[in-house]
Amino acid sequence: MIGYIIRRSIVAVATVWAVSVIAFAIIQLPPGDYVTAYIAQLQASGSSVSMEEAESLRQQYGLDKPIYVQYLRWVSQFARGHFGVSMLWNRPVKEVIGNRLGMTVVVTLGAVMLTWLLALPIGIYSAVRHYSLGDYVFTFLGFIGVAIPNFLLALVVMYLGFALFNANVGGLFSSSEMYLAPWSMDKVVDLLKHLWIPAIILGLSGMAQLVRIMRNNLLDELGKPYVVTARAKGLSEFKVILKYPVRVALNPFISTIGYTLPYVVSGSIIVSIVLGLPTVGPLLYQALLAQDMFLAGTIILLVGAMTVIGTLISDILLVWIDPRIRLEGR
Amino acid sequence: MEKESVQVSEGGHVAHHDDKPLLSVRNLKTYYFQDEGTVRAVDGASFDVHMGRTLGIVGESGCGKTVTAKSILRLIEKTGRIVEGTIIYHRGTGGDREAELDLTLLDAKGPEMRSIRGGEIALIFQEPMTSFSPVHSIGSQIMEAIRLHRQIGKQEAYALGVEMLHRVGIPLPEQRMGEYPYQLSGGLRQRAMIAMALSCNPRLLIADEPTTAVDVTTQAQILDLLGTLQKESGMAIVFITHNLGVIAEIADQVVVMYLGRVVEKAPVDDLFHAPKHPYTQALLRSIPSIQSVPREKLPTIIGAIPHPYNRPPGCPFHPRCASFMPGVCDRRAPRLLPVTQTQEVSCFLYHRDTEDDEWVEWTWKL
Amino acid sequence: MSKKAVTEGAAAAEERIYVASQWQLMWWRFRRHRVAMLSAAVVAVFYIVAIAPEFFATTDPQLSEARRSLIPPEPIHWFDNGKFRPHVYAVAGYRDSMTFKMVWESDPNMKIPIRFFAQGFEYKLLGLIPTSRHLIGVGEGLEASDTIFLLGADVQGRDLYSRLMYGTRISMSIGLVGVLLTLIVGIFLGGVSGYYGGSIDNVIQRGIEIIRSIPTIPLWMGLAAAVPRDWSVVQTYFAITIVLSLFGWTGLARVVRGRFLSLREEDFVAAAEIAGASQFRIIFRHMLPSFLSHIIASTTLRVPGMIISETALSFLGLGMRPPAVSWGVLLQAAQNIQTIALSPWLMTPALVVIIIILAFNFLGDGLRDAADPYQ
Repeated sequence: MIGYIIRRSIVAVATVWAVSVIAFAIIQLPPGDYVTAYIAQLQASGSSVSMEEAESLRQQYGLDKPIYVQYLRWVSQFARGHFGVSMLWNRPVKEVIGNRLGMTVVVTLGAVMLTWLLALPIGIYSAVRHYSLGDYVFTFLGFIGVAIPNFLLALVVMYLGFALFNANVGGLFSSSEMYLAPWSMDKVVDLLKHLWIPAIILGLSGMAQLVRIMRNNLLDELGKPYVVTARAKGLSEFKVILKYPVRVALNPFISTIGYTLPYVVSGSIIVSIVLGLPTVGPLLYQALLAQDMFLAGTIILLVGAMTVIGTLISDILLVWIDPRIRLEGR
Repeated sequence: MEKESVQVSEGGHVAHHDDKPLLSVRNLKTYYFQDEGTVRAVDGASFDVHMGRTLGIVGESGCGKTVTAKSILRLIEKTGRIVEGTIIYHRGTGGDREAELDLTLLDAKGPEMRSIRGGEIALIFQEPMTSFSPVHSIGSQIMEAIRLHRQIGKQEAYALGVEMLHRVGIPLPEQRMGEYPYQLSGGLRQRAMIAMALSCNPRLLIADEPTTAVDVTTQAQILDLLGTLQKESGMAIVFITHNLGVIAEIADQVVVMYLGRVVEKAPVDDLFHAPKHPYTQALLRSIPSIQSVPREKLPTIIGAIPHPYNRPPGCPFHPRCASFMPGVCDRRAPRLLPVTQTQEVSCFLYHRDTEDDEWVEWTWKL
Repeated sequence: MSKKAVTEGAAAAEERIYVASQWQLMWWRFRRHRVAMLSAAVVAVFYIVAIAPEFFATTDPQLSEARRSLIPPEPIHWFDNGKFRPHVYAVAGYRDSMTFKMVWESDPNMKIPIRFFAQGFEYKLLGLIPTSRHLIGVGEGLEASDTIFLLGADVQGRDLYSRLMYGTRISMSIGLVGVLLTLIVGIFLGGVSGYYGGSIDNVIQRGIEIIRSIPTIPLWMGLAAAVPRDWSVVQTYFAITIVLSLFGWTGLARVVRGRFLSLREEDFVAAAEIAGASQFRIIFRHMLPSFLSHIIASTTLRVPGMIISETALSFLGLGMRPPAVSWGVLLQAAQNIQTIALSPWLMTPALVVIIIILAFNFLGDGLRDAADPYQ
């Protein structure tokens, strides 16, 4: 098991590295560099910069060095928490991001937990009450969840909220005062009241998938001999199902959860743009539209790293739970 | 004629020899209802099981042996149902419990049936590999079986589990208690299965092809084990198999099934030396024997088992029967009737068709 | 039917199944799945529209006219006093002096008859044949652009229905092209990984693991935003397609690899090797056909994902850009809640997206069930 953890950690580090390369590439892609943009800004506000000043600025920022040196510089700065300066806001990126990253984690976690908590019992129910009305209803809802992209669902929900209730169902807090206020029980409650909408929107398609997986796995297991053995022992039907086939069907279920995380994080970016949540999504969007590359690249790297860490944690949890992997050290 | 002899064995079960059977199955019919049609898995089976004795049920795959076993324990899946027949379980006296109980009338999921399952009638299966849950240890599964039927604590249950494993001949039983099924060999797993089934001292053990999936050596060991355990406890055994050789070794009484019906019922010696039903005779002929003439083709039964939705009218065996009598065998189905003092057979060779219309099976009108 | 005839009929049917090819079997199984058949029809209709959207459109999609801003949908009325005479009502509007927005009213007394296969704006069918026939149009002396607003008009006065037709072309084809790229890369890398095994397999597998753990949308957004604004529609199209395909091949590669790994051990492969077949021949003639049907089924299930991704990116303004028309571009108008509250018909492209995704999902499920021999 330790071997497995080490191996996964190495892969995680490699993944974060890959994301950093891509993020850096994204930063570099638009024509020109930081200094060009800076000059353009200055020129827009009236002042101008001579060629020599531009050159010395470039040297100062190391922009005349080869690409891989710049990359290394960027990575080392990043590791120390210096994320650069945002062109759009004229403030350090770190400030601009603020606690939005934390909010992103909250929304993502909320969606994942809701998905998991609901998918499990629904999946079990669907398998046990195979072909019943409830099963059909859930299958239908599941199809809707899979078919409607999350951002479209968010759009529809926003529209309905506006058209039917004349209310803005977006956002995570009732007002900006609430958002800016220090953390308190009231604030947490307010957050939860608003959190369930994005959580459901984000989680719906993942939930549909998980329900399907759980249902199919459980259906497979329910026909197996050890279930009959358990019944033959005289165990009650309820215990027979929950203790044995569910336990076995749970393993592939849990391992799938690990891979839904990148998907949920991805989805949260767009959904939070539509719903206007105070997370990293709308910020990234604005940064990209304005070609504020430092902000954009930083956000991409942070989000990617966050996802990788989350996936790693869930993989470790899986290994801890499954005795087969644990004992055989696979 | 038959004296009531009472024998008390070490296991404490009181055996009523030749008197009251422990279990009486009469005209059991279990059908499965699918979209494409109705499968008559068991179509009128009757037999008795006695304490201290082994009843062998033999037949080809699909003849209804397993469904019979499942019917006794009311483990039939949702798509199936016992449509007719009785399964009388003679509990014997014991306080306020009823002496006789028709298992078909009990609620399959109810507490009474569940207490009988595992506690008084136990079942072991063919596939030891998949009969244990792969994610729970052997010990926990055995202890669960024990504590379901006895009010004892974990420590006691553990000790009992160890003792059972020891009794079935598993070395290092304490170690095995903590191990998982995949860590045991096939033979050991089957023994563990037996240990779990017997841990509550059942009065009847139904063994559904327990030796089919293991090699011959292990098979011999398991048959030995079952025999010994039976002598010790006096329990009854119903042994289901398609292997006539195993039947010869272990059974006292044999029931031959074909397409859900009992075609012959006899003590084991009579069955092997004087089989009556053409199907039984053909089965016995098809066993390779060390005494048969070498290089001669092994006689097989012509034809194949009919599709479950496509049963032949009249006697189910007639399309493959060497002694088929047109006009007789394809019109009505024969009944199981005595042909000697000890044997019963269901065949028109021995019983003329009576004018009784009520048991005529209109088998082609499904 | 006599018993003999039944058994003979059954025997004949079994014989047919026995000699049928793999594709025939798949088709027969697929045919039984009625929802999948219906979905296949829906997808086919969409692709027909994608091939010749000009025919289905009524108005030039780029024709904007501020006067016609935000006209609500005018449906076709099929009967006039009991007679079959399809028509639309004329629309009259005036500018509200307070909000400066156009306010529209339809006049049921002014009935404008609809003609089918009528003359309209000129275009080149399939890019080759110049014609001006359209599915729906109006008669002489009238302009479709002034009269037919089946799904209303957007804020710039462009007919939404016609734009929707045109949008089908880009949205549906990006799905195909993207999936094709994914297919090629996925089969190649998966095949190499599975067939050769060893360290090549290891490297590719690690790569796949890495790619799978990365959240795609932020990266897509970043890469798409990096596509220069001044690129042409075609260039942007291909750039977006490549960006979308960058991550999608991993699922297919894993499946292909798994199949190759298990197939390598199969006897028929060993037999082919012993017979002296070249590796190329073994791979393409022997191994690939055995799971080709499965690949087709999985691939079909990937198309809706691509469509969603393109729609999402374009919706955000990071994907296809005007003057290109795709469903995502059309949905850009829906970004503003106030706008769609007043003009909900602007959300119609969302409905279209949902329909096609449902159709593809059912179709893919049906194909997968039909292709799976172990059902």
